Amino acid sequence: MSSPVAPPGRPLPTTAAETYDPRGPQAGELPLSPSMQAFAEEAERLPTDELIVNMGPSHPAMHGTVRVVLRIDGETIKDADVQIGYLHRGFEKECESATYTQIFPYVDRLNYVSPMLNNVGFAMAVEKLLGLTALIPERAEYIRVIMGEIARACDHLTCVFASLAELGGLTAFFWGNRAREHLWELLEDVSGARLTHSYCRIGGVAWDLTKNFEPKCREKLVKVRGLVADIRKLVERNRIFLDRMQGVGVISAEDAISYGMTGPCLRACGVAYDVRKDHPYSVYDHFDFDVPIADEGDNLARYLVRMEELEQSLRIVEQALAQIPPGPVLVDDPLIALPAKREVYNSIEGMIAHFKHIMDGLRVPAGEAYSYTEGGNGELGFYIVSDGSGRPYKNRCRPPCFYTSSAFRQMILGANIADVVPIFGSINMIGGECDR
Amino acid sequence: MAQRLIDFLARERPTAVIETVTHVGDEIALIHREHLVDVLTLLRDHPDTKMNMLSDLTVVDYLGQSPRFEVVYQLYSILHKHRLRVKVGVDEADDDCWVPTVTQLWHAANWAEREAWDLYGVRFEGHPDLRRILMYEEFVGHPLRKDYPQNGRQPLIRRPDAPSTDDQTTRLLPDSHDRRVS
Repeated sequence: MSSPVAPPGRPLPTTAAETYDPRGPQAGELPLSPSMQAFAEEAERLPTDELIVNMGPSHPAMHGTVRVVLRIDGETIKDADVQIGYLHRGFEKECESATYTQIFPYVDRLNYVSPMLNNVGFAMAVEKLLGLTALIPERAEYIRVIMGEIARACDHLTCVFASLAELGGLTAFFWGNRAREHLWELLEDVSGARLTHSYCRIGGVAWDLTKNFEPKCREKLVKVRGLVADIRKLVERNRIFLDRMQGVGVISAEDAISYGMTGPCLRACGVAYDVRKDHPYSVYDHFDFDVPIADEGDNLARYLVRMEELEQSLRIVEQALAQIPPGPVLVDDPLIALPAKREVYNSIEGMIAHFKHIMDGLRVPAGEAYSYTEGGNGELGFYIVSDGSGRPYKNRCRPPCFYTSSAFRQMILGANIADVVPIFGSINMIGGECDR
Repeated sequence: MAQRLIDFLARERPTAVIETVTHVGDEIALIHREHLVDVLTLLRDHPDTKMNMLSDLTVVDYLGQSPRFEVVYQLYSILHKHRLRVKVGVDEADDDCWVPTVTQLWHAANWAEREAWDLYGVRFEGHPDLRRILMYEEFVGHPLRKDYPQNGRQPLIRRPDAPSTDDQTTRLLPDSHDRRVS
């Protein structure tokens, strides 16, 4: 198609897109017509009454089963009661009667959007108690980082495109889904499962990467970057998107810290706390990556921080692919490493080791440890108390979004009812992790 | 390095501390319940510690030991990037199974203490809104106690003598939990 040419002597008429200013006057700042002005003054004098409104637990826009009881005056939220627990399934109680190896499938289902990060977090807590942290093979650490960062990218993508769908941007939802599908294919190739991988083991990972993982991963990263760039171009100058994100759901840095908020939500308030940078674990000190922060503490800041972190995660994956050394992926100690299926089915030693692992569990010395990693939503901690047996005496998970959700009430006070959904989307509450 | 915080505590509040330990690199201090709020306030406000985040709060049930419960506070300082675990022993007798609330120090304590009360039955005296959070209002007992059976089943039945989950809507009173952190 040829570009339009202005007739001689006359300037080319400007299109609406060229004169459009996304940061122009807001709807409330425009002058009202005289009749509308009279109506607005009349409405001020109307008697109002407060009303109790129930949102959730099964509301199509509340992604996660949470119930919010609102006391509203007109459209304004005066008070709110956030009720969680609809997805409680006794994670800690179940862990007390499971061996350490059997807990991996349970932790997969905590934050079910980035299960790999939970796997790593739990394995590191047990390894800390065993005094094994420095003995994990380096290749296993790299694999954990690669898989973990892919999972983090999935987590941020899911949070962003799900909230965009709730704001009416269904195209971004489909593009985001396609990008996540590429990442899930990588996770599936290596672990065999799309979502609940159970791929970590105490002392390393279950098995090595697939043979053609590196070229495939690089190819997928290009596709993901393209789709993410498309999503950003689609929404970031969109007036509807900006109106609903900018200045909505603001929380100050002091309050965020006091509520125990961590992860992208805290970094969107201007606090650069990232466990990977402040307390480097695994091999995170080998990589060059940035911790993006924003100062506003509103929905838009949380969106931008997530989008930037997604890029940083992909950067880490690329560096890890270039640096990954050859070698074993599991510690060479039959008391700790779960034997490979090949040995279990073909040797009596392997069979016995497997039986002892599954029935008795690996013995963890008595004591207690709190280990913390950077999960998809912030500091994911595991506090394990061991009595020396093969099962944890207590296995407490510090769920990042439990604390973030506790700040939700303050974030929606004074907002409109319609703001509840985008604010809730931007804090990324994951029911499986929040309710355990 | 690993000793710095528990040394600080032993120096500043020698009467409050029962025992200090370091284990696998973690600093742990067991303190008396009557000094809990004083010690936590000191740790939050002292310029050398500045524990401005209550990272986590939980309870451990040592059934058969005395005291039976341990309330565990995981403190973190964003400023100094250090961590300390503070523990308080609590007995199981009904009139003694409590600790003072710390909701006035950290907002995070609000939900964390509700969860600890819900699952372990340790009361937090002075909490503005102490009710169940993960279990439903009609639930009887505290499921994470070691003497609660793992396969215990309680169907959700409306009972006339118990508060109903639906009644929680009526608890939305003005300023019900508007507590500013001092």
